[in-house]
Amino acid sequence: MQRIGVFVCWCGSNIAGTVDVHAVAEALKLEPGVVFSTDYQYMCSQAGQNIIKEAIAEHKLTGIVVCSCSPRMHEATFRKTAAAAGLNPYMVEIANIREQCSWVHKDMPIGTEKAIILGKAAIAKVNLNAPLTPGESPVTKRALVIGGGIAGIQTALDIADAGFPVDIVEKKPTIGGKMAQLDKTFPTLDCAACILTPKMVDVAQHDKIRIFSYSEVTEVKGFVGNFDVKIKKHARYVKEDVCTGCGDCVSKCPMKKVPNEFNLGMDNRHAIYIPFAQAVPKVATIDPNACNMIKNGKCGLCAKVCTAGAIDYTQKDEFIEEKYGAIVVATGYNHISMDKFDEFAYNQSKDVITSLEFERLTNAAGPTAGKLLRPSDGVHPHTIVFVQCVGSRCDACAEKGKEYCSKICCMYTAKHAMLTRDKYPDTDVYVFYIDVRTPGKNFDEFYRRAVEEYGVHYIKGMVGKVVPEGNKLKVQASDLLSNKQLHIDADLVVLAAAIEPDKSARPLATMLTASMDTNDFFTEAHPKLRPVESPTAGVFLSGACQGPKDIPETVSQAGAAASKVIGLLAKDKLTGNPCIAHSDEMMCNGCSSCERVCPYGAITYVDKEFRMPDRTTAIRRVASVNPAVCQGCGACTVACPSGAMDLKGFATSQIIAEVDAICK
Amino acid sequence: MSHNSNLQDDIIRMSGVNPRKCMRCGKCSATCPAYDEMEYHPHQFVNMVENGDIEPLLKSESLYRCLSCFACIERCPRSVEPAKLVEAVRLAVIRQQGANRMKPEDVAAIADDETPQQLLVSAFRKYSK
Ligand SMILES: Cc1cc2nc3c(=O)[nH]c(=O)nc-3n(C[C@H](O)[C@H](O)[C@H](O)COP(=O)(O)OP(=O)(O)OC[C@H]3O[C@@H](n4cnc5c(N)ncnc54)[C@H](O)[C@@H]3O)c2cc1C
Ligand code: SF4
Ligand code: SF4
Ligand code: SF4
Ligand code: SF4
Repeated sequence: MQRIGVFVCWCGSNIAGTVDVHAVAEALKLEPGVVFSTDYQYMCSQAGQNIIKEAIAEHKLTGIVVCSCSPRMHEATFRKTAAAAGLNPYMVEIANIREQCSWVHKDMPIGTEKAIILGKAAIAKVNLNAPLTPGESPVTKRALVIGGGIAGIQTALDIADAGFPVDIVEKKPTIGGKMAQLDKTFPTLDCAACILTPKMVDVAQHDKIRIFSYSEVTEVKGFVGNFDVKIKKHARYVKEDVCTGCGDCVSKCPMKKVPNEFNLGMDNRHAIYIPFAQAVPKVATIDPNACNMIKNGKCGLCAKVCTAGAIDYTQKDEFIEEKYGAIVVATGYNHISMDKFDEFAYNQSKDVITSLEFERLTNAAGPTAGKLLRPSDGVHPHTIVFVQCVGSRCDACAEKGKEYCSKICCMYTAKHAMLTRDKYPDTDVYVFYIDVRTPGKNFDEFYRRAVEEYGVHYIKGMVGKVVPEGNKLKVQASDLLSNKQLHIDADLVVLAAAIEPDKSARPLATMLTASMDTNDFFTEAHPKLRPVESPTAGVFLSGACQGPKDIPETVSQAGAAASKVIGLLAKDKLTGNPCIAHSDEMMCNGCSSCERVCPYGAITYVDKEFRMPDRTTAIRRVASVNPAVCQGCGACTVACPSGAMDLKGFATSQIIAEVDAICK
Repeated sequence: MSHNSNLQDDIIRMSGVNPRKCMRCGKCSATCPAYDEMEYHPHQFVNMVENGDIEPLLKSESLYRCLSCFACIERCPRSVEPAKLVEAVRLAVIRQQGANRMKPEDVAAIADDETPQQLLVSAFRKYSK
């Protein structure tokens, strides 16, 4: 028989407000096995923990039940308390009487009754608990960063500077991400390239960092500390280690009408190309869909001009397998498609552009060498209309756009408007807004400067439609503050399109068993207290893949993710979770049901010799669980038709005892 | 400001519109082709119904300027559907005794041989009980 102690927490008034905590402690005193029961204001405080420790010693407790908040909050705390008092930490059970009781009930008698029932269930379980000892697993001291935007770059640099090797997998031919496409950056207006490219060079030169560009992760196996990852390096038809990035091949390539994705299709590139001058790695890539030599064997000019001999038309995709201790997701964002927003005539007129296209149009390395010219006729625009919140903050029923605020567009639109007025004072600039959202250090001041110093016309209202007519764009909009409908003849319309996670994020999340929200942003383990960790152990989050973010926020989060990774890689061994599956070999019939449902591939089968009742021996196939891989999800225990699989710490008998206690 | 909560409830129920969903972006009024003809613009309809400020709407000629083109419904990012409110207020008016906007005697004056019969039928549906 166990000797159980019960500790009921008030959580200030959080629990005590709707649960009569004394009554709960008194009622639970009568349960089988309970030898001590008390209540206290804050069980998790130093004083509260001391009450537990003293009771364990004084009453020789063999198990404890803490009636408090969710185990996600303080199970670890109370397990440590128990261990400090010499009790096996797995002899601790939490009855969640806050989130699942006091917070959802308003009525004291009902709340109290339910708290007692939850306490009884936990006591019934502790009566069947047995001490458990976690296993240990080694840690591979190498990190993988998926995505090479500013988020991935910063995370990789911080981890590598701490002395751990890092690999960056970037699907494009160069790292840099969206920031490489930006012109100047708010709120200080320093040029994006000037602050980004030195970091890209640091990455390239760091002896602890390897870059797999033009590559993708195709398979992830294993668990925290021990991930096995398969990386596919797409054939770029250029030997990366031989190419010097001189660009001689590019200028000779006759296929020069390929839309240039780096400039968002506003100009063309060649079939062999280097995305931009500061690309890292600075090597050429052949686009197999555009290259004549690869499509039909005719041409081969680039191989002739390349003095380094780097061109290889027969190159094949390559697979790399590597082990990692930690994985950081930094897959960033894209803006949504404008196809469903016919009212803005984006697909009808070249002069209706997105804000990212505007960045390229004003960038010195962009298609117009930094001169702001209309895409349709190359003429300098005199009236520009910016539209905020295009596709953001939409009702779910509207079936186009996103429900959330994209967070970055108010600030970059203020930036665009201000820079335009600064460089071209002869231009009239209108910004249509629903709300201007500029919280952040020096952000609102920045927006006010656009209005007060640069004379940008901010108009509260939305644009209803844009109609191309001759060489003008007829903009019809509302000005809510003066209760007027406005008609503006614009030369250029710029849409601040909502942003969304990269399309590859969802399949990647499936591979990593990392969770996502309904918008496909990666979910953090705790929205306040664990913002850079995914709920999946060993997987961390960096940058806009977790939610809309500007660069300052991205970089802080990237550093935070790196410090979490360093904390993990600094350990030699990880203590595992002892609550894992095990099969009773005498009952297992080797049917493979459990292997098929295990999401972590933890189950294998072994042929074992068994002594039969008639003294003969027989070889039988039985399931065997790899304790380092099993995450204790319990899927196998319900799949097993012979009841051979059970979960330590959550045995079927323990769960039935809890249910019985509740239904009694 | 007059607050008529009975009428407000009726109009909200008849239209099936939840005016609280409006985020005051003004896209409905930006898109409305009848804007200049209307005393109260689509976003004001939404706002006034939300505030129970119905009397002025009942009296307003704006009710009959709305083309029922549904552009505001199509474009509203919050799925508020302002034109359905306009329609509901219109119905509230013609449900009042003697408030018909169109009488059979008027037809001779406004219709000619070219007027499709369908138009007259729908006009009666819309403007009289
Ligand atoms: C028009 C515009 C202007 C802006 N101006 C500013 C500004 O002035 N100041 C500011 O602070 N912020 C600005 N921003 C925001 C800024 O772009 C972001 O904060 C920043 O780029 C986020 O960085 P990231 O690394 O998280 O994402 P990204 O820059 O999107 O990088 C993600 C990287 O991951 C790669 N990737 C994606 N999926 C995979 C995969 N499955 N496998 C491998 N690689 C993958 C992508 O190719 C990309 O290289 C602006 C944004 C826009 C749209
Ligand atoms: S940041 Fe501003 S422009 Fe962007 S969605 Fe939010 S409110 Fe709209
Ligand atoms: S509990 Fe079973 S199904 Fe779940 S990870 Fe462990 S072995 Fe696999
Ligand atoms: S478009 Fe919709 S959300 Fe915007 S003001 Fe009109 S009713 Fe309100
Ligand atoms: S339905 Fe009426 S209110 Fe709505 S846009 Fe058309 S004319 Fe304007």
